Formats: sequence, C-alpha cells, structure tokens
Amino acid sequence: MKVLITGISGAHARVVAERLVAEGNDVVGIDRRPWPHPREGIRVYQADVRKRPAADVFRKERPEVVIHMATITHFSASREERLRINLQGTRIVFEHCHNHGVKHAIFVGRHTIYGAAPDAPLYRTEDEPPLAVSTFPELADLVAADLHACTALWRWPKLTTSVLRLVYTLGPLHRGTLASFLARPRVPMILGFDPLYQFMHDEDAADALLAAVEHRLSGVFNVAGPPPVPLSVLCRGSHRTALPIPEPLFPHVIGRFGLPHLPPGAVSHIKHPIVVDASAFREATGFEHRHDAHAVMTAFRGGG
Amino acid sequence: MSPKVISRDVAERLERLDLPFNQYGMDPFGISKRHLGLFFSFLEVFYKHYFRVQCFNIDNVPRHGRAMLVSNHSGGIPADGGMILASLFFDHEPPRLAHGMVEKFAQSWPFVSQWFSRVGQLPGLPEHAVRLLRNDRILMVFPEGARGTGKLYKDRYQLVRFGTGFMRIALQTRSPIIPIAFIGGEEALPTIYHAKTLAKIFGAPYWPVPPYLVPMPMPLPCEIHFGEPLVFEGTGNEADHIIEGYVEQVKDSITRQIKYGCALHGQRRAGLPYDVLGERP
Repeated sequence: MKVLITGISGAHARVVAERLVAEGNDVVGIDRRPWPHPREGIRVYQADVRKRPAADVFRKERPEVVIHMATITHFSASREERLRINLQGTRIVFEHCHNHGVKHAIFVGRHTIYGAAPDAPLYRTEDEPPLAVSTFPELADLVAADLHACTALWRWPKLTTSVLRLVYTLGPLHRGTLASFLARPRVPMILGFDPLYQFMHDEDAADALLAAVEHRLSGVFNVAGPPPVPLSVLCRGSHRTALPIPEPLFPHVIGRFGLPHLPPGAVSHIKHPIVVDASAFREATGFEHRHDAHAVMTAFRGGG
Repeated sequence: MSPKVISRDVAERLERLDLPFNQYGMDPFGISKRHLGLFFSFLEVFYKHYFRVQCFNIDNVPRHGRAMLVSNHSGGIPADGGMILASLFFDHEPPRLAHGMVEKFAQSWPFVSQWFSRVGQLPGLPEHAVRLLRNDRILMVFPEGARGTGKLYKDRYQLVRFGTGFMRIALQTRSPIIPIAFIGGEEALPTIYHAKTLAKIFGAPYWPVPPYLVPMPMPLPCEIHFGEPLVFEGTGNEADHIIEGYVEQVKDSITRQIKYGCALHGQRRAGLPYDVLGERP
C-alpha cells in the first residue's frame, strides 16, 4: 500500500513513516523542510503542500492513503502563517485527495480544539463543540482546519476520511505543544488551579495512526493514551519545577524569568482541563496504549 | 499521604474505596487519594464531633453499583452535602465515595475548584452525572439547587421547586433513586437575610446572613435519613408531565422522611430517646 504523509520531516511524522515502511508499505512524503537521509522505502519531495509541485506528487505517485500531518502550532509560527498552513493547507490536501483517487485520508488534529473552560465537561466526546475558538482564539486556525477536514465526510463520501484528535504527545522526541511548554526547567501554573493533562507517548501516537490506516476508519475520533494526571504531577514526573503564579500577575511574568512565552488564550489551558473520551477509537481499532503516564514522563525526561 | 493529619479510620477506609487509583493515586476522574484522605479527615471532625451526625437506614444505599442520592438542600452553605459524603464514607459498608454536582460558579475560584475536582465533586453538568452513573458511581444531587440552600429560616424544611433533569438522567442510566432527608441543617445556619452585594462580589448566587452575622453553621446535631430506593422505568425521553409526576413521587418521599426526621430531631434536641414514633414512612 502506498501512503503519502504531508509534513513528513516533522519528528512525529518520521516515526509514522518508518513504522509504515517496517510493515511493508511504500511511503512518500511532502514537506518544505528537508529530510536528508530517510530510510529505504521512503521518498521525500521537498515542496509546499499548497503549491503546484505538491499536486504533481499526488498525480505521479497516486497514493492510496494520505496522512495529513502538515499543521503547526502557536509555538512555531505567526498567526497569518498558521492560517495559511493549517487551514489553506488542509483544504488543498483534501482537494488533492479527492481529485487524485486517494481512498483514505487521515487528518491528524489536536484535542486542544475542544478548549478549556470552567463549565465544560471533564470528558469530551467527539460531538462536543470546539470551544477553543472563544477560550483560546489563537487556536482558531486549527479549529477551522479540523472542521474543514470533517466536511470531507459528507462532501466526498467515496473518500474514506478519518479526523483524529490526538491528545498531547510526549516522549523522547521532545517535540509538540506540551514538550515545548515543558521545555524549560520552570513551568508556569496559575495559583490555585491544577488541571488534568492528558498525553500519550510519541510511539503510542504513531501506533494509533497506524491503527487508523489499518482499520480504514471513517469519522471523527478522539485518540488518547493513559488516564490524565494533574499538571503538578506532570511537572514532578518530568523533573520540572512548577511555579504557581497568581493569575493577575501571569501576563506580566510570562516570557520572562525563564518561563515560556505563551499567548493570552493559553491561560485557560493552564487553569482548566481538556480531557477526551477516546473509547470510540479504541472500540473501532482495538488500540491499546503501551506506555502509562509514568513511562511517558520518564521517556520525556530522558530516563528510558 | 500525610499520616499525621489522616486518621487511622480514614486511612483504612480509603484503602477499601472501590476506585481505580493509578500509581499516582489518581483515578480517571481526577480524584486524588491523598486529597481524599485530607478531605475526609477534615469532614470527620464535623461529622463525628461538630454536627454529631446520626444516620438512619444507610443500608438502603447499594454496596456496589450505581445509585442516585436525592436530598433536600438547606443551611446557607452546603454542609449537608459534606455530611452525606461523610456518612457514606464512615457509616456505609463498604465505604463509598459519593460524587456531588458542584455549582458551576465555584469552578472559577482558585483552590476551591482544584479541591472539588480532586475529591470527586465535579461541576453540575448532565454529562458528568451520566458518565459517573455509567461508571457505577454514587451520584449525590440536590434538585433544589441554590434555591434550597438559599431559603430563609422561616421557610425551613419546605421543599422548593425541584429541577427535573435528575429524573431524566436516572431513567437514562437506569439508576435507582435513594430519597434522603437531611435534618438539622436549617437550625445550624439559620439564614435571615441575603447580602446581595457580597454575593455579587464573590460571584455567588446569594450570601447567607444568620442572626450572628458570620455565615458559619453552629455545632448542632444533624441526622440523615435514607429512604427506600425508588426505581422508575423509562428512557429519559418521556414528556415533561410524566417526568414531573415521577419527580413529585421523589419529592413526596423526601417530604415524608423530613416530617419523620423533624419529629425525631425534636426528641434528640429535647434529650429524649429515639424511635418512639412508630413505623417509618
């Protein structure tokens, strides 16, 4: 089976690509960034998914499955750039899938689109609305990309579409939103709040994507690993120092004193939990995570 | 765990709670074993010594599986909720954790929201109620809501309007309802006035003012009466008038428990022995 991965040079996409090749698949990838020496069986086209050369890759390679991983977060690009890459990129990739006979398209989204709010349910199911548009406006591009990917389910019924909303990934790759948040020795918290954080091991996330390919899932699915733990436990487990800051002071100290720079909307995600119910995905694929919370934190801090 | 603060009884009962704690002492709903230990040690003082709570027919609460506890609400601040939680932990065999449905405004308060979530008291959302019951937990609801705790002393032990959402959830999840009368709360914190400005400042629906001004309950004895389980058949999609009929049955049952409980409570306050009132309703 030929699988095309957009954003293949990203750390998580590389793991997925290598796993797919190890299982006997033919993998091609598109990315603006280079991947100098991919293993045998992986061909990388250095191109922008929104530009003409990317269309030519679809035309020439005729992939059966497309995994769209070319999305970025607020940690790596400006608002305009995010909108261009996340929303426009998603639109164009799905159009290519439709136009070039792709049988299965997988959009790799994030659970943060559900947004954190004091009156939101603890466990979010797939039919919950994406509150992030109001609680964390900087995520609007990811929300829009996710919802746009969902439209493929009714616009192109012949294209099997999986919209996966993955919890934070964490582990030895040290990449992703949560890894960036935990990158420095001190981690900011809001005094008096200790929300639950849900994360899964980098390898479990790759396993989940492979399970989605294997089972040719159609629909929207939350994807999660072990049960959530409080942010304070996550800090301890990652050997970071949690620094509780009174909320009125938070905007003044963030980005200084060795604390990460965060957009204003991120405050809600440090005060309130975003936890998803991933039972539908588990039932549909039989997916089981291999790493519990302790193993994930240990792997992240480099202990195994 | 903090052994100096947590009593032996609490520690022993905590071990017997039927909750799936992981290696960090957390369950999937974010309940922390350490926080529970501190919480019940705190409640123990109020339950055993301050309010000297006595329970009647607590065996009506199932030993395993789901159930919905439905109680009257009273006393300015929701001490009744804490005492019902404590009764299931200290006087039920095996000890069980009841999950209350907390007013949503409390979720924005620092420390308060954190503690509520760590001890299994989640915001009052139907999604939480359904999920907890489907996980075979005990749900504690006060259908009078803030209308109940906010009632004035002159209206004591008179049930105000019940919401109907709890009944639809009970039907949807096929959960038995245990009607409960909490007696003593009205006298412990007699609200004679609502301070609206203070309520506005704290974002609370009301601010109770007793004759002695500080909204702190007095150390008066309380009783909890657990009624026979009520089981209703249905899907939860019934017409309003049918649901309201079921709710009235629950309300009637609680009213009968309250009447009986108030008479017993009067005897206790007068120093008379219990159980001279004939058959329990």
